[in-house]
Amino acid sequence: MDSGEQSGAAASPGLEQPVLEVRGVSKRYGSVHALRDINFEIHRNEVVGLVGDNGAGKSTLVNILSGALHPTSGQILVDGAPVSFKSATDARDVGIETVYQDLALAPDLSIWANLFLGRERTVSGPLGWLGWLDRRAMMSRSVEDLDRTKIHIASVSSRVGRLSGGQRQAVAVGRAVAWGSRVLLLDEPTAALGVEQQAKVGDLIRTVSGHGIPVLLISHNLPQVYELCDRVVVLFHGRVIAELRPKETDLDSIVSWITGSAMLAGKTAR
Amino acid sequence: MLKVEEHQRDLAETAEEDETGGVPWFQRFMERIGALWTLGVLVVLIVAFGTVAPTLYTKAAWLATASFAVEYLILAIGQTFVIVTAGIDLADGATLGFSAMAGSLLMANMLGSHDSGGLTVVAGILLMLATGAGIGLLNGLIITKMKLPPFIVTLGTLTAVTGATDLLNNGTEITNLPGFVTTLGTASVISGWLPVPVLVALALALVFGLVLTRTRFGLRTYAIGSNEVAARRAGIDVDRHLVRVYMISGLLAGVAGLMVTANFSSASPIAGANDELYAIAAVVIGGASIFGGRGTIFGTVIGTAIIALLTTGLVLANVQPFWQQVAIGAVVVGAVAVDRVRTVVGTD
Repeated sequence: MDSGEQSGAAASPGLEQPVLEVRGVSKRYGSVHALRDINFEIHRNEVVGLVGDNGAGKSTLVNILSGALHPTSGQILVDGAPVSFKSATDARDVGIETVYQDLALAPDLSIWANLFLGRERTVSGPLGWLGWLDRRAMMSRSVEDLDRTKIHIASVSSRVGRLSGGQRQAVAVGRAVAWGSRVLLLDEPTAALGVEQQAKVGDLIRTVSGHGIPVLLISHNLPQVYELCDRVVVLFHGRVIAELRPKETDLDSIVSWITGSAMLAGKTAR
Repeated sequence: MLKVEEHQRDLAETAEEDETGGVPWFQRFMERIGALWTLGVLVVLIVAFGTVAPTLYTKAAWLATASFAVEYLILAIGQTFVIVTAGIDLADGATLGFSAMAGSLLMANMLGSHDSGGLTVVAGILLMLATGAGIGLLNGLIITKMKLPPFIVTLGTLTAVTGATDLLNNGTEITNLPGFVTTLGTASVISGWLPVPVLVALALALVFGLVLTRTRFGLRTYAIGSNEVAARRAGIDVDRHLVRVYMISGLLAGVAGLMVTANFSSASPIAGANDELYAIAAVVIGGASIFGGRGTIFGTVIGTAIIALLTTGLVLANVQPFWQQVAIGAVVVGAVAVDRVRTVVGTD
């Protein structure tokens, strides 16, 4: 198809099926094309960056992938099977988990309660029918889940409101992983964080992708995208203008694709 | 690998820092003792009033205080659920009055036509509970379907329901009730120390305390008040849950209506008027946050006890009764101020 895609396949050996495939997705609002014919794939163990200037179509694409918007045309495939979402719950059901910038955590609830919110475990028997919580099971499962994602927090009974920004991010990501997601979408995970916390989130992303869960990282933090991602998809005016591999390019050239100056200079990356 | 281990250690260290670092000792202390400080205030009040007026330590004073507290405690239990969701139910006192009148009117009419005591009592009690829950349902539906603020909606139903209560019996009270209703108000256990209405209120506090802290319903109630968006994203049907919470508040107002009717052996159209203010005060004194996400039934029980004790204590100490409301108002503001100090530390 194009050079970027081919080298992408080379990185994940064999003809492994992409976990997430976006095929010819377009989104139109009347005569305005928010997205035009978007194509890209994400494979196991990959961290893929999605970058672009404001208005390039990033949030539209994220909203389509997370089920909040319908594409006008095109297809989304998860593990090779076409999927269609009516709501964010549908996207989650097929394993696309989005961690939003606001994290969607309840600060007054403990870590374990946040991890299990919406799919609480109840005890068996008559008390269970009344919704009696199995707190012990949820707490010990929370410890396991957070361990698996290498997130270490003093106690799963701590209130989320007491955690630092990086730790909250870790809890939100830990929840997404625990909910059995197949692809993790991180929407500006470091926007509100200090430098040190940003580095921790970077480590967290590596750990998650090390577990075989591919990550789509949507971020304005280009140095971090450059450092963490195996591939970077650049959106420009609603199109995928380039797919770059940080190993084969430099930060400046990613910037030049985002601003569109690379295109004007007649370079090709697709 | 080394880097990952470093990362783990960093996170653990940050957790410890967050819990102690940079927080003044006083605030840390307050945070640790949690809602227990209200219990301390209660003990101080009991000792202080008892010193001024030793008659506080008599059975009569206990019964007066406990019976006074019943209606406020039952209302405050429902109000706790509502406030934990970051809502408010200003209509619960009016709901008490309406459901008591509606149930009593039915009982009085049934007594007049065919005198089958048992059926009359059952029908009357069921009607009280049903009208209470029905008004709660109405509140919940208007709040969630029309997306209006609970304060405004329940202010409206407070006014409308108060008027409707007078319409029921032309603003006059109903006294010809079945004997069982009077018995319910006067019966007691443990050689007269525990009147049945007090027992009912305490049992309700226990049951709803467990519902709030130990069940899925309770957890979701906290979640909605803490971060409604998070609750929606977690797949919780927030609207349906809120309707149920307002129904609980209305249902308990119906129970309180029954207890008040039993206590006075009559239903008055002004029963429950302004009760919502005491109920809200009790919840707030008990440590609940008016912004949602925090509050316990245990705290509400203590808060109600403080209000009841202030009322009887000031009477026994021969203080002009007008001071009661001044004192309760001061305690409400004081409780919120203390709560502010207690939680100001980077928790929200």
